[in-house]
Amino acid sequence: MGKSSFLRRMEEKNGLAMIVWAGDNIISSLGFTTEENYRAVWSGQSGIRLCDAYRGIPEPFYASQIDRKQLGDRFAALGKRPAGYTPLEQAAILSVAQAADQARTDLSAPDVVFILSTTKGNVHLLDEGERADSPRLYLWHTARLIADYFHNANEPVVVSNACISGACAQIAAMRALASGDYTYAVVIGVDMLSRFIISGFQSLKALAPAPCRPFDAGRQGLNLGEAASTLIYRRAAGEEHPHTVSLVQGAIRNDANHISGPSRTGEGCYLAIRASLEACAADDLAFVCAHGTATAYNDRMEAIALTRAGLNRTPVNSLKGYFGHTLGAAGVLESIISIHALTDETALPTCGFRQGETDYPLHIAERRLRTEKPYCLKILSGFGGCNASLLFKKQKKTDETIVC
Amino acid sequence: MRPLYVSRTACITRQSVSVNGKELPVSSGDGRFLAAVYRTLGIDYPKFFKMDNLSKLGFLASELLLREDRPRFVPREDCAVICFNRSASLDADTLYQATIGPGEDYFPSPSLFVYTLPNIVTAEIAIRNKLYGETSFYICEAFSAHQLFTTVSHAFADSSIRSALAGWTEYGNEVCEAFLMQIETFPPPETALPFSVEFLTRIKNKL
Repeated sequence: MGKSSFLRRMEEKNGLAMIVWAGDNIISSLGFTTEENYRAVWSGQSGIRLCDAYRGIPEPFYASQIDRKQLGDRFAALGKRPAGYTPLEQAAILSVAQAADQARTDLSAPDVVFILSTTKGNVHLLDEGERADSPRLYLWHTARLIADYFHNANEPVVVSNACISGACAQIAAMRALASGDYTYAVVIGVDMLSRFIISGFQSLKALAPAPCRPFDAGRQGLNLGEAASTLIYRRAAGEEHPHTVSLVQGAIRNDANHISGPSRTGEGCYLAIRASLEACAADDLAFVCAHGTATAYNDRMEAIALTRAGLNRTPVNSLKGYFGHTLGAAGVLESIISIHALTDETALPTCGFRQGETDYPLHIAERRLRTEKPYCLKILSGFGGCNASLLFKKQKKTDETIVC
Repeated sequence: MRPLYVSRTACITRQSVSVNGKELPVSSGDGRFLAAVYRTLGIDYPKFFKMDNLSKLGFLASELLLREDRPRFVPREDCAVICFNRSASLDADTLYQATIGPGEDYFPSPSLFVYTLPNIVTAEIAIRNKLYGETSFYICEAFSAHQLFTTVSHAFADSSIRSALAGWTEYGNEVCEAFLMQIETFPPPETALPFSVEFLTRIKNKL
């Protein structure tokens, strides 16, 4: 137990390796640092607000947004003129810069790879009349722009796998590091609100008419949110380097059922969970941070999958009530919060949850729970029937403990 | 790492359609190109007509690879679907954007919106063939033999993956090109080729 078959296979090739946390940052409606965001969640604050008359969208909606004025000011403080960058690019660059400071890493080094997770990138530019052949609309261009800012010449990796992109990007990082190709991976998850995204989710009738209530019997849909988050991973040789949290396992599985509706049996989600639990006993899980979008179908699907995987007694939370659904950023943002909660020996509560459903009952964390268990599981599901899981492990306390 | 082999290839461009390098005549008719390929292959899958262009293209390439398999549609978790392209879902994005014009032109279409994600093509292939394994979509500035090779090879580090349908599916700005491979771990028949950067570089030069 404790080591996935993936890492074992890579070790046979490259020698003993662990994929360890090296630094992070979150920019969201709740703040511009991981500490601000973690503290806000810890104390139960939500960044979700009513948005009315948003760029000519007829119906009001609830969402969480990054403060544009602060974003511009903080970006300008890096020494570049904000005018040359879209808000999404500013947020991504600012997030990476802060994570790099924490990791004390030179991101221009040849053994550093940038991995970008985003669903829609600069899609708002279509609304502003940008032509479809303009490079600004291309996700590879956004990734190149971010890597160029940090003078990194390696070809950036761009994952666009709907709402599980942030987990896929971490799995790509894990594979790239374990294979020995790189020493550091900078995983960036970013998505911003736009008329495009909001109108689309409204047309699917997926948005709640109030702040969302994940896993609650009375849930009415999701809220969208903006975020830029960065997680820097490092390949460490075995136990030689003291560290706090490692990414032990990750898996992606498909429902093979429907392009926009979750599986009624939770097939792909269950298979993804099962693949990650290969490396840990269910009893060793401090908590599961679920996708928990608060749509009727998603939460029910996850409840079925978690029950099938034997995790109906493990504390489960969803962070969507604090940040909304931050799309391509969600997997990175929610992993960072979970990593810090794991080292903080806490299972965080599910904002908006009051009463669970009776047919697939789960142990939804309603208030902060103390736990010293060493693992946590992050799961995500998205359009295209895709599902992902990530297993994190906390090491014994060392001098390098993450402080939040 | 286990050695990987390319057991089949399928290529679709506006100029030609080929399987394992052998060209397939397409009766052009008066319809659209991808619908003409669909009719040529004699597929009966009405969902095809609901798909966006990128999904149609990737779906047809996967049919070219798998249509002679017997039995077909056997559920499996050990096959990944991994696609790459340059413009993500920009073709579908522009079609959806046209439904959210200002004022009276605002009629957002949910059926167009669901295709504004590039990974939907991997889902369409997974649904058709009951593939429960990994599905992933990556974006590159141009067909990158190196990135395609490393990404797909790394996916085989997942111990339950034994096979992959992987390749390049690009639709938009006058470009329509798909190159899809069936990649496997087991010793292949004599027609199979080693999956390598060199192999992909040769393909890139042909596209």
